[in-house]
Amino acid sequence: MTDATQSPLPEPGLLARSLSVLSGNRTGVIGFVLVALIVGSAILAPWIVPYDPTAIMTGPRMAPPSAEHWLGTDNIGRDIFSRVIAGGRIAMLVAAASLTAALSAGLLLGLIAGLGPRWLDNLLLLVFDALRSFPTIVFGLAVVTIIGPSLFTVMLVVAITSVPIYARIVRTQTLALKNAEFILAERAMGVGLPRLLFVHVLPNVLGPLLILASMDVPLVIATEAGLSFLGMGVRPPTPSWGVILNDGYNFIRNSPWPVIGGSIPIILVTLGFTFMGEALRDIFDPKLRKAG
Amino acid sequence: MASAAVSHRTAEAPQTADPLVSVEGLSVDFATPRGTIHALRDISLEVPKGKVLGLVGESGCGKSTLAYSMIGLLAENARVAGGAIRMGGQDLAHLKPKAWRDLRGTRIAMIFQDPMTSLNPVTTIGKQMIDIQYREPISRSEKRARAIEFLEQVQLPDAAAKLDVYPHQLSGGMRQRVCIAMALLTRPDLLIADEPTTALDATLELQIVTLLRELQETFGCSVLFVSHHLGTVAELCDEVAVMYAGEVVERGHVREVFHAPRHPYTQALFDCDPARIRQATRQLPTIPGTLPDLRQPPAGCAFRARCSKAFGRCAAEHPPLHAAGPGQVARCHLNDPAEDVA
Amino acid sequence: MSLLEVTDLRIRYARQGRLKAALRRESHDFEAVCGVSFTLEPGQTLGLVGESGSGKSTIARTLIGLKKSSGGSIRFDGAEISQASGRDWARLRREMSMMWQDPVGSLSPRLTVKSLVTEPLRINGLPAGRTEAERLLGLVGLPAEFATRYPHQLSGGQARRVGVARALALDPKLLIADEPTAGLDMSVQGEVLNLLAEVQARSGVAIVIITHNLNLVRHVTDQMAIMYLGRFVEQGPTEQVFAHPRHPYTKALLAANPEPDPEARHERVALSGEVPSPVNRPSGCDFHPRCPWAREACAAKEPGWTEESGRGHRCLFPL
Ligand SMILES: Nc1ncnc2c1ncn2[C@@H]1O[C@H](COP(=O)(O)OP(=O)(O)OP(=O)(O)O)[C@@H](O)[C@H]1O
Ligand SMILES: Nc1ncnc2c1ncn2[C@@H]1O[C@H](COP(=O)(O)OP(=O)(O)OP(=O)(O)O)[C@@H](O)[C@H]1O
Ligand SMILES: [Mg+2]
Ligand SMILES: [Mg+2]
Repeated sequence: MTDATQSPLPEPGLLARSLSVLSGNRTGVIGFVLVALIVGSAILAPWIVPYDPTAIMTGPRMAPPSAEHWLGTDNIGRDIFSRVIAGGRIAMLVAAASLTAALSAGLLLGLIAGLGPRWLDNLLLLVFDALRSFPTIVFGLAVVTIIGPSLFTVMLVVAITSVPIYARIVRTQTLALKNAEFILAERAMGVGLPRLLFVHVLPNVLGPLLILASMDVPLVIATEAGLSFLGMGVRPPTPSWGVILNDGYNFIRNSPWPVIGGSIPIILVTLGFTFMGEALRDIFDPKLRKAG
Repeated sequence: MASAAVSHRTAEAPQTADPLVSVEGLSVDFATPRGTIHALRDISLEVPKGKVLGLVGESGCGKSTLAYSMIGLLAENARVAGGAIRMGGQDLAHLKPKAWRDLRGTRIAMIFQDPMTSLNPVTTIGKQMIDIQYREPISRSEKRARAIEFLEQVQLPDAAAKLDVYPHQLSGGMRQRVCIAMALLTRPDLLIADEPTTALDATLELQIVTLLRELQETFGCSVLFVSHHLGTVAELCDEVAVMYAGEVVERGHVREVFHAPRHPYTQALFDCDPARIRQATRQLPTIPGTLPDLRQPPAGCAFRARCSKAFGRCAAEHPPLHAAGPGQVARCHLNDPAEDVA
Repeated sequence: MSLLEVTDLRIRYARQGRLKAALRRESHDFEAVCGVSFTLEPGQTLGLVGESGSGKSTIARTLIGLKKSSGGSIRFDGAEISQASGRDWARLRREMSMMWQDPVGSLSPRLTVKSLVTEPLRINGLPAGRTEAERLLGLVGLPAEFATRYPHQLSGGQARRVGVARALALDPKLLIADEPTAGLDMSVQGEVLNLLAEVQARSGVAIVIITHNLNLVRHVTDQMAIMYLGRFVEQGPTEQVFAHPRHPYTKALLAANPEPDPEARHERVALSGEVPSPVNRPSGCDFHPRCPWAREACAAKEPGWTEESGRGHRCLFPL
């Protein structure tokens, strides 16, 4: 029998599509490069910092940027550039750990809400909404008063406040998929529940979720910095970005450099992950329309 | 496009005094990693005011692409490579998103090919139908009443109760009718209907077609009706355009085109319609061969490779739209008066 | 012995807004299919046509075990399956398969064509490698290079073929096709139907085709059944039904089929009145409020099923 149907072009895989999307998208490239730099420097921090980030009097106090101290030094002569790099490691750790926890919990709860009975769905929705109605910082303060300030507290606060957002997205996607014809088709062929979930439902839910998570990284980092700034997260002298900012603010009349040095990475992280998230969306969703 | 200049000279479209929309030499490309697809090439046609224009042609020939370009919803990788779509002094092919938002849902509405893609699976029919009337300065209960009224118009049984259900609880044809009702709610000047009746039974299809006709007569709206169902096109449309591989190959009044198709593709398409075969048969006719690769549209006639009447000239020369009868044009050399002489 | 024997099949759906219904003391569900009976022999094709929303897809979903019936019996290959357990279904699903209405939407979007066509084999623990994929693609006339494509890279016609290949992977005895040609142009539609006919001639599979396309029914089915509001109103050999419809709805339906000829003046049967819903059935004959031939008796008495010489209808005053 002849093949008289039109034959669309064989499309290349994800990598080629990524490259083609990026080739026409300058901000996307900037995003990926920034993220690579940030993540790379976080991983390699112990080896690339020019000074020990906690060592004092590595040079003059509150020095402006120079060849020896790229971002200057703080009030006790610590090298700000080294502290910023080391702080990136903490920021990334918080982001990775808390987002992974939030993603897994959100995925599980969202699937349960989407696939489970109606009453369970309603109950979970209520819980999500209740959790989300607290402002993150207020919720953070509450947790800190109970279990005390630490890196773990920060991660816990971030994880708990993001779970409802992810769970809601997963739930909506699952509900839409539940009655999709290909899911019915799979069930009609007698597919088992694990395969249905992991091969047919999850991959279709994961894309939007990862994009969202990537755009959430700056938020998480800002939360960590905010809590640490308020003295409720990472304790000095550990060099978190929030701690750097806090130290800097106390001496801002004497020198602006610690504050400037502590803000730059936060701005770069925000730009990098946001641009990357937008590019990811274009790569994962080829069916986007130019709707107004 | 090489043929553009030629076609404008020879084309004698079924001219209406005052078309609502006129598509002039429109070309649309899709950028793909494997090259540029020239999905629409030098399309010229007119949607007459207060009339129904049918659009037929092979799967993948660009009907939906043309429809999308007329409502500004082309895919992200699409680019208007040339031409214009004129409607009331505006060029729809080069419109800003802001201007589109004002046009869509007021002057132009569309019924999409797949009802599931235009209905939100997780909200009720009623909410969707009320939300779409956000422009109307009327109360919520009035919007609800209007929604029910339109669902009744499309013959949905138990319309009031249907407002509380989710799309998956409706049958395929019911979903399609909901989409039709939603498009009609906005009372557009131009209604683009992309295969709106595929999931409807014959009596309903007839009723919807009659409804579209009535609507179009009362409000004077124009309809672009995309369909594979030749019977419905014959029934509903005033004029028809036949597309093949991204080009309009024939255009004219429905009566002329259906009675005397002047392009071999149109003829072949009609011959495949099982409705025309009186004797019951298990072996249905098909058009052998494949659509040409739209990345490199053939130099000559696009249908040449599958055409039983192809001759030397078809490979060498891209046929322009020849006048083929009163108000009928066809993109085939056989309609060139010079061929008869030869 | 018939392959499929459906007797007095009944299927119910829950209504939306149970609370409201309970307050008004109405039942919280409704019967979408009420008392459908038919048989199907191996190698035969049955066409299921009828009003939109009359329960055709619901019957398909019940036959394939996605929806429970609420009454009646379904015998498949001699065994009752309407109460079958999960284990029975694991076996049954090898013997019946389904083609879905939406050609692209019924293919899992992140799977390649190779995985899609071999999915039934994999589910049943059979070898599902390259050779099997190529054999199945060959069966439906798709070149092997399609194995690496994803559903959105297929045209409607190609996606349909993948659907056919998948449905035939386990050599089923029964194939249920819900609108197998919706959205296809005449030529591709012909190809898909020719393919089904070819497979049927070779393997003797029995086919149930659900469709609105009457031209298609006329050419490819042996028997046809016409549904209205959850019931069969007429059933019989296709040719005879087309030649001489007995039920007024059948007549209206066949007359509504538009001819591809703008000149044709049709002898239409005007259907007036409101379309009834299964939640709110009319008294007497379901069709009488819209029937041009309705008499007084039709509103009072519910017509039974009348069978004569291989045909049946549900009308007090057949045409
Ligand atoms: N976003 C896209 N990117 C690349 N190619 C595309 C895209 N959208 C459509 N195409 C291609 O453009 C051509 C025209 O597609 P279109 O959807 O307009 O066809 P159609 O005439 O509506 O077909 P059907 O009758 O099957 O709906 C096809 O060859 C298709 O593969
Ligand atoms: N999940 C559901 N919940 C409640 N009601 C449903 C559900 N699915 C279908 N129905 C109802 O059951 C009836 C029959 O639907 P079905 O899909 O079987 O119709 P159909 O004959 O296939 O129609 P079509 O030709 O339009 O596809 C309709 O009234 C529909 O609203
Ligand atoms: Mg289309
Ligand atoms: Mg259906």
